[in-house]
Amino acid sequence: MSTTAESGAQTPAPAQNPAADRKAERAQKRAERYESLTIAGILLLIIVVFSVLAPSGSFLSLDNLRNVALDASTMLILAAGMTFLLIAAGLDLSIGAIVVFTAVVAAKVMAALAGDVTIDVAQLNHPHLFLALLLGIGASLLVGLGWGLVNGLLAVRAKIPAFIATLATAGVILGLAQVWTGGLNVQGAPIQLQEFFGLGSLFGVIPWPVVVAIVVTGILWVILGWTRFGLRTYAIGANPDSAARAGINVGRHLLILYVLMGVLAAIVGVIDLARFNTASVSGHTEDALAAISAVVIGGTSLFGGRGRMSGTVIGALIPAVLLNGFVIMAIDPFWQNVAVGLVLLGAVYVDQLRRRRAQQG
Amino acid sequence: MGTTDVPVLRATGVTKRFGHVEALRGASLEVRPGEVHALLGDNGAGKSTLVKMLSGVHTPDEGTIEIDGRTVRFGTPRDAQEAGVETVYQDLALASTLPPGDNVFLGRELLKPGLLGKLGFVDRPAMRRRAAEELATVGARVPSAVVPVSALSGGQKQAVAISRSLIWGRRLLIMDEPTAALGARQTHYVLELIKRVRDDRGMAILLISHSLPDVFEVADRVTVLRLGEDVMTAPIGDCTTESLLGAITGATTLGARKEAT
Ligand SMILES: Nc1ncnc2c1ncn2[C@@H]1O[C@H](COP(=O)(O)OP(=O)(O)O)[C@@H](O)[C@H]1O
Ligand SMILES: [Mg+2]
Repeated sequence: MSTTAESGAQTPAPAQNPAADRKAERAQKRAERYESLTIAGILLLIIVVFSVLAPSGSFLSLDNLRNVALDASTMLILAAGMTFLLIAAGLDLSIGAIVVFTAVVAAKVMAALAGDVTIDVAQLNHPHLFLALLLGIGASLLVGLGWGLVNGLLAVRAKIPAFIATLATAGVILGLAQVWTGGLNVQGAPIQLQEFFGLGSLFGVIPWPVVVAIVVTGILWVILGWTRFGLRTYAIGANPDSAARAGINVGRHLLILYVLMGVLAAIVGVIDLARFNTASVSGHTEDALAAISAVVIGGTSLFGGRGRMSGTVIGALIPAVLLNGFVIMAIDPFWQNVAVGLVLLGAVYVDQLRRRRAQQG
Repeated sequence: MGTTDVPVLRATGVTKRFGHVEALRGASLEVRPGEVHALLGDNGAGKSTLVKMLSGVHTPDEGTIEIDGRTVRFGTPRDAQEAGVETVYQDLALASTLPPGDNVFLGRELLKPGLLGKLGFVDRPAMRRRAAEELATVGARVPSAVVPVSALSGGQKQAVAISRSLIWGRRLLIMDEPTAALGARQTHYVLELIKRVRDDRGMAILLISHSLPDVFEVADRVTVLRLGEDVMTAPIGDCTTESLLGAITGATTLGARKEAT
C-alpha cells in the first residue's frame, strides 16, 4: 500500500501548472477589487461633483448629509433584503405593497389602541401610548411576516415563478390596503411616534431611521458574508439542484428569505409612518424596482449566485445622492431617473459580460 | 477480501416510474467491498435514475436497498451521506460561483469554534485548507482560495467533486459518467484516480459509464442495465467487448457465457 503522498505524485494533475493557477487567482482577486472600486468610484465622483458645483458647502453640510442618509435609509433596508433574494435567484415585486399595507396596519392599530387625546398643559397625552406603539409595531411586523410567507409559499412550494407570483400578490396586497382604507391615507397614529422616532435622532445627530437601517443592514451583511446561512444563499442561487443534493433544504431556505423580505418591508412601513405621521396608500409603487436596481447597481447578479452587501449599500446611496444633488443645484429632479437608469444599464451590462466570461471558462 | 463478504450495497427489485415512463423495472445490483463495479447501459437504460435512488434524491416505488446488509430508506441526500454513500453526479452538482473550498464543504460547512460557531459563522480558512489538502491528495492542482469553480477546467471541476466525495465517503463512492465530458488525458487521470481510491482507501466504487474501454481498464465486475432491468452481471475477466455490447443492445445475453469458456 502506498501512502497518499506518494500516490498523489503518481498521476499528473489535469491541465494547468502552479504558475498559471496563481496567475488565475491573482486575476480573480484583481477583477473583484476592480468591480467594487468602480461602483464606489462612481459614487465618490458624484459626491465630488456636487460638492464642488453646489452653492458654497450646501451639499456637504451635516444637515444635508443627514437628509441624504434619511432618504436612503428605507431603500437600504429593502435593498439589503433584496440582495439575499437576488443572490438566491429569487425575486419579490410586492415589497412596496407590503410597505403600504403594514404602515396602514400600524397606523390603524395605534390609532385604535392609543385612546382619546387629553389636552394637558399643551401636551397631547394618550392614556395607552406605550402599549399602542408596541402592539402597532408588533402587528405590523407580524403582518409583514405573513405576506412574506404567502409570497414564499407561492414561489417556493407552489413553484409559481417568483416574478409572476409576487407581481400578483403586489396587486392583491395593495388592493386590499386601498379597499380597507377607502383609498385614503390613514392618520391618527400618536404624534409621539413621529416626534421621538421619525424626526428624532440618536445623540441629536443620527436620525433614528438611519440607525435602524444601519443596524439591520449591518446584521444582514454579517449573515451574508460570514455565516452558513449566507454561504448557502449563494449556493442555492448558483444551482438549486446542486444545493439540494449537497443536503441543503432549499425550499425552507428560500421560504425564510421571502419571510425576511416581508418583515423588512414592514420595518420600512413603520419607519414611513413614523416619518410622515401618515400611512400613505398611494406611494411606494416603485419601491420594488428601485430596490432591485440598487442591488444590481451594487454588482449583484440577476442570475443568482453572485453579489455583495457592500455593493448594495453604494447602490442604495447613489439614487439618494443624485436626487439630493439635483434638488440642491436646482436641476430638474426628474433627471435623477435618467441618471439612475443609465447607471443601472451599465451595471447590468457588466453583469452579463461577467456571466458570459464565466460560462466560457 | 473474499467474495463471501456482505456486499457494501445490495439493491433488489428496484422499480421507479415517472408518470407513464417506467425508468426502472425491478433492477438488482450488488457491489462488494473494495471493488470497482461498473454499471453499463444505453442512454435511457435507467442508470442515472438508479444512482439517484442510491443517493437519496429519489425514493424507489418498489424494491429494497441494503447498505452493509442493513435495509435503508433514503428520504433525502443527507440520509445517504450519513450512511457513508457519496455520489459524484453526472453534472457534478457544484455551485459554479463559489470557490472549490466552499463547494467541498457545501451542506456540511465547518464552523468556527466556540460561540461564533454556535451562531453559524463558517470557518472559511479551515475549509479552504482542508479542501486544498484533499485536492493535493487526489493529485489535482486547483487554485483553492478564491477562484470560482466556473473558471476551472473540466478535469479540475471533476477533481473538486471527487474530493468532496472522498472527504465524506466511507463505504461507497458512486460516480455517474465521470469521464463523459473529458478529453483523453483527463479521462486517464480520472481512471487512475478511481484505481487509487479503491487500492489506497479500500472504498467500493460504483462506476456508471458507457465507455467500454474505461470499464475494461478499471472495473472488477460489471452489471448491464437495459430498459430498466439488469440483464447481466459478470466479472470483467469473463467479458468481451462483443458480449457487453450484446447485453447493452439486447442482441444477445449469451455472449458472456460463451466467451468465458
Ligand atoms: N425526472 C424524470 N422525469 C421523467 N422521466 C425521467 C426522469 N428521469 C429519468 N426519466 C426517464 O427515465 C428513463 C431512464 O433515464 P436515465 O436514468 O437518465 O437513463 P440513463 O442515465 O441510463 O441514460 C429515460 O426514459 C428518462 O427519460
Ligand atoms: Mg445518465
